[in-house]
Amino acid sequence: MQVLTSDSSIERSSIDLAIELRSIDKSFGSVHAVRDVSMRIEAGRVTGIVGENGAGKSTLMSILYGLYRADAGEILVGGAAMQMDSPRDAIAHGIGMVHQHFMLIDSFTVLENLVLGAEGGALLANGLAAARAELGRLSREYGLTVDPDALVADLSVGEQQRVEILKVLFRGARILILDEPSAVLTPQEADQLFRILATLKAHGVTVVLITHKLREIMAATDAVYVMRQGEIVAGRATSDTNPEELAELMVGRKVLTHLDKAPPRRGEVVLRAEHLSLVDARGVRLLEDIGLELRAGEIVGIAGVSGNGQTELLQVLAGIRAPTGGRLEVCGRTIDAEHPVDPAEMRELGLAHVPEDRLRQGMVADFRASETSILGYHEDEPFSNHWLLDGPAVGKHCTELMQRFDVRPRAPGLHSASFSGGNQQKLVLAREMDQAPKVLLVGQPTRGVDIGAIEFIHRELVKSRDAGCAVLVVSVELEEILSLADRILVMFAGRIVGDVDAAAANERQLGLMMAGAQAT
Amino acid sequence: MSTTRRPLPVWADIVLLPLINIALAFIVVGIIVAIIGVNPVEALRLLVAGAVGSPDAIAYTLYYATNFIFTGLAVSVAFHAGLFNIGGEGQAYIGGLGCGLAILAFDRFLPAWLLIPVAIVAAALFGAAWAAVPAWLQAWHGSHIVITTIMFNFVASALMVYLLVNVLIAPGSMTPQSRPFAASAALPVLMGSTLNLSIALALACCIGVWVFLWHTSWGYALRTMGHSPSAAIYAGTNLKRMTMLAMCLSGALAGLVAVNELLGVQHRVLLDFQAGYGFAGIAVALMGRNHPLGVVLAALLFGALQQGGAELSFDLPGINREMVVVIQGLVILFSGALEHLPRPWLQTLLSRRA
Amino acid sequence: MMDEVLSIAFLMSAATLRVATPLILCAMGGLFSERSGIIDVGLEGKMLMAAFFAAATASATGSAWAGVGAGVIAAEALALLHGFACITHRGNQVVSGVALNILAAGLTVVLGNAWFKQGGLTPPLTANERLMPLAFPNAGDSILVYVALLSVPFTWWLVGRTRFGLRLRAVGELPLAVDAAGISVAGLRYRAVLLCGLLAGLAGAYIAIAQNAGFTRDMTAGQGFIALAALIFGKWRPFSAFGACLMFGLLDAIAIRLQGLKVPGIGEVPVQLFQALPYLLTMFLLAGFIGRAVAPKAIGVPYTKEH
Repeated sequence: MQVLTSDSSIERSSIDLAIELRSIDKSFGSVHAVRDVSMRIEAGRVTGIVGENGAGKSTLMSILYGLYRADAGEILVGGAAMQMDSPRDAIAHGIGMVHQHFMLIDSFTVLENLVLGAEGGALLANGLAAARAELGRLSREYGLTVDPDALVADLSVGEQQRVEILKVLFRGARILILDEPSAVLTPQEADQLFRILATLKAHGVTVVLITHKLREIMAATDAVYVMRQGEIVAGRATSDTNPEELAELMVGRKVLTHLDKAPPRRGEVVLRAEHLSLVDARGVRLLEDIGLELRAGEIVGIAGVSGNGQTELLQVLAGIRAPTGGRLEVCGRTIDAEHPVDPAEMRELGLAHVPEDRLRQGMVADFRASETSILGYHEDEPFSNHWLLDGPAVGKHCTELMQRFDVRPRAPGLHSASFSGGNQQKLVLAREMDQAPKVLLVGQPTRGVDIGAIEFIHRELVKSRDAGCAVLVVSVELEEILSLADRILVMFAGRIVGDVDAAAANERQLGLMMAGAQAT
Repeated sequence: MSTTRRPLPVWADIVLLPLINIALAFIVVGIIVAIIGVNPVEALRLLVAGAVGSPDAIAYTLYYATNFIFTGLAVSVAFHAGLFNIGGEGQAYIGGLGCGLAILAFDRFLPAWLLIPVAIVAAALFGAAWAAVPAWLQAWHGSHIVITTIMFNFVASALMVYLLVNVLIAPGSMTPQSRPFAASAALPVLMGSTLNLSIALALACCIGVWVFLWHTSWGYALRTMGHSPSAAIYAGTNLKRMTMLAMCLSGALAGLVAVNELLGVQHRVLLDFQAGYGFAGIAVALMGRNHPLGVVLAALLFGALQQGGAELSFDLPGINREMVVVIQGLVILFSGALEHLPRPWLQTLLSRRA
Repeated sequence: MMDEVLSIAFLMSAATLRVATPLILCAMGGLFSERSGIIDVGLEGKMLMAAFFAAATASATGSAWAGVGAGVIAAEALALLHGFACITHRGNQVVSGVALNILAAGLTVVLGNAWFKQGGLTPPLTANERLMPLAFPNAGDSILVYVALLSVPFTWWLVGRTRFGLRLRAVGELPLAVDAAGISVAGLRYRAVLLCGLLAGLAGAYIAIAQNAGFTRDMTAGQGFIALAALIFGKWRPFSAFGACLMFGLLDAIAIRLQGLKVPGIGEVPVQLFQALPYLLTMFLLAGFIGRAVAPKAIGVPYTKEH
């Protein structure tokens, strides 16, 4: 992949550089998280880094902040090469980071959180008094008001984020990295955050904003880098680009051969959701007013940038979480907040589920492949006769699945974790499809799967549809949705914001919906 | 520098690493023995002779091993469910209460073939009940099972002292123990010593646990919960009920110590008959890698240590029986808490050779 | 009548304090460890080891203070071992604690037997070899009683009012935040574990050479676990834990006094009930039946730093 920085203002070095990254590379085991990344961040401006979850944005910033050590490459701060061995080094060079998951201690007051690591003496009293004064100054200067004596646990998420920003400023940082700052905020809180960032910029603070929300990039940044699969795929001045282009760059295209499929022969409705909503224990609305119908013999694709409620929707549909509002009908059974089901009952109704998190949910890494091949069906004939598991039957079943889905190596006795991602996925998919379900939910069918296996999996899903199964596919790969689905629903901020016939859909229109730009 | 290391080959992980851990524990034991002023090699020779040098010694070794199998299995079953049961001590003690109450109530009417099974079931049920309370507190009230099982050991101890001193004590007796059981309540003795038929029960439990964990759907669900709670939820397992099941089984197994001790040897309920076996079960389970076969092997080793250690203390006045306790402690330390100590070293060694 | 009540009350309170002294020291020690995120079920073992080495050293050297020093060193050795297993090697903290308890139970008897040939006992200590009761301020109390009393405000001050305390509390709640602030998680936890060893060592020394005149096998008799229960009952806070220690000490003092006594209308009160009460109360608390005990969030979880 080429780094496309040719005609952008980022290349021009008339403005001071706050940070320059040169050829940063980082692997975790077999995962190449960051590949040869070079990046120039201008002083006193807001630079966005945009990309899908897992694109390597957070890893890159953790390297810059000294949390991880790069395998190769250079970090220049203010033109001088720096060694970032720990956050202490980063802090010393004026770099501060607001993490996606706040690093605040719930049982501490705002003031105590503020001084942690910068206490200003062995006794707290003096340090706390000085911090209180400094906090007052920062609050006035940047409009960051927060009660210094409140317990963090009692603050709203937006206020907690303000404390994180204050922590960074308190340490004298002039370069502020924010990792997915709006992920946990309400729209109003997010608006407030961006006003704060504007104030910071006006005071000459350099801001690096990591996000996957294009609206924020367009609204708040001066320049933007797009990351995909650990690489920088583009760098642009924000004024030179638009959401559609960024969406395309972000999602990327996998080169897929055309999937031949006949028009769907739709049957009766087997799954229906009405006004479905989900609110978590902290009151965050994860799903709102979801309405959808799934008919036998069709594939419905759910598109969306990850983190917009797709995971939660799958969990509710599969019976893992009970909805907090609305109702769900699956194969004639009605489910709502008062009448939840468990995943085992869902299976009995004829619903199969290939979960997004295959390693932790869809299988047990330490189990043999044969054991993984009956997860969820371990109490059913022919694997289990009342009490006893029929080992040979399980082994035979696994061997059959492996043959039919071409899982390699064909070793039912091998630990599940020892298979490649694609083969793990084929095994889980085989297990779920083997039950000839009426409804099949599939989360990220081809995440971490090689091209050959992708085509195979897609063909199997279409076969399943043609056999009369209602298939719901959730994927962050737009290309995949477009080639697989008969009907496409787009999710944004916990809602379904679009419902399009796949034949009439195009990437640009979907991209805009996914970015929340055209929320209807 | 790359920080990712190649994982160890399977054989190294399940055979070599545990052996190295145990070897390390025994090296430390040797150092302690030397500090005391005894020649470690001589001590080892006497220990081995004391443990397996005669049919009598072997019988004792097997008798001790029986207790270790029960408590080792108890810890293992809970461990497979992701639960750490350190209440084996109390569960064994209360199992003895159940066993004793059953015998004291029925030994005058029931024939042996009915009485003994009733007593065995009572021991298991009481042990299970004693484990069920911490399990319930964890599953429904969120209190941590480690803390509650520890606390329940002490509660069991206080309860048993009270009952033996005030309730169960034989009329006219000065020592806090129950009246002797009727002869019909005695388990058949093997090899003319303390070894009794309980060892068959222990081995049957091993097979039972093996079948349950790896060849039943409930065992499958239990192990799924232990390995990955989120996968268990995905599969539709009720984690609360599974916690209860695992702990009750664990407690029942611990309770069976009473069968060996009370029905096999003591023939009455008495104080502290279970002393130390519950905690040693942790060492046995850790060393046996929580597999029934491993538990049997580890239990044999601990039985041999217990018996050999007793003989050793006769022969060498410098060493007393508590040496066995030291060894147990060190085995738990090295094969439990310091499990991964030799790993980096082993990884370097093996990757250099490969 | 009134006089009698008062004098019993005075005797009871003095007895309570003496019984509670090792509990207080031990609970404060445990507080440092657990607030830093390291579970300590090995308090019992540390105390037992300290008791043995304190008695053995006092007997060998004739100096009570040498005994105290040796007791502390012995407890620190176990504390370091615990730290090595749990902090450096990220081992299971409960397993490590259990191992240390068993090791101490065995080793004290083995060494005692080898060195003194009295079946695991140390020789009875003479007055010079013991920490004798002070004449002032309250006749009959050893200096360690006052150390224990002072350890409570000291712990409160150190944990609540100093930089070290702030970081200690932080590392027990969210070690990642401490790491991100550029402070060493392992360093803080080692310091906490060593403080725990110091206080548990003093507790053990008190039992062997102040409360008693020599070591007997298993002489701590579960007091380490009572201290742990008190720590939990006191919700990991110094003064609350102190209160729990006093309450548990009082229960023990009452149990000793009631032994064999018949209470009108009830009959003989089972002493064992009083012995079990600290554990039962703590379990009720943990289950949320009486208030709520919220443990430090990161307790028991080894901290793994990725590079």
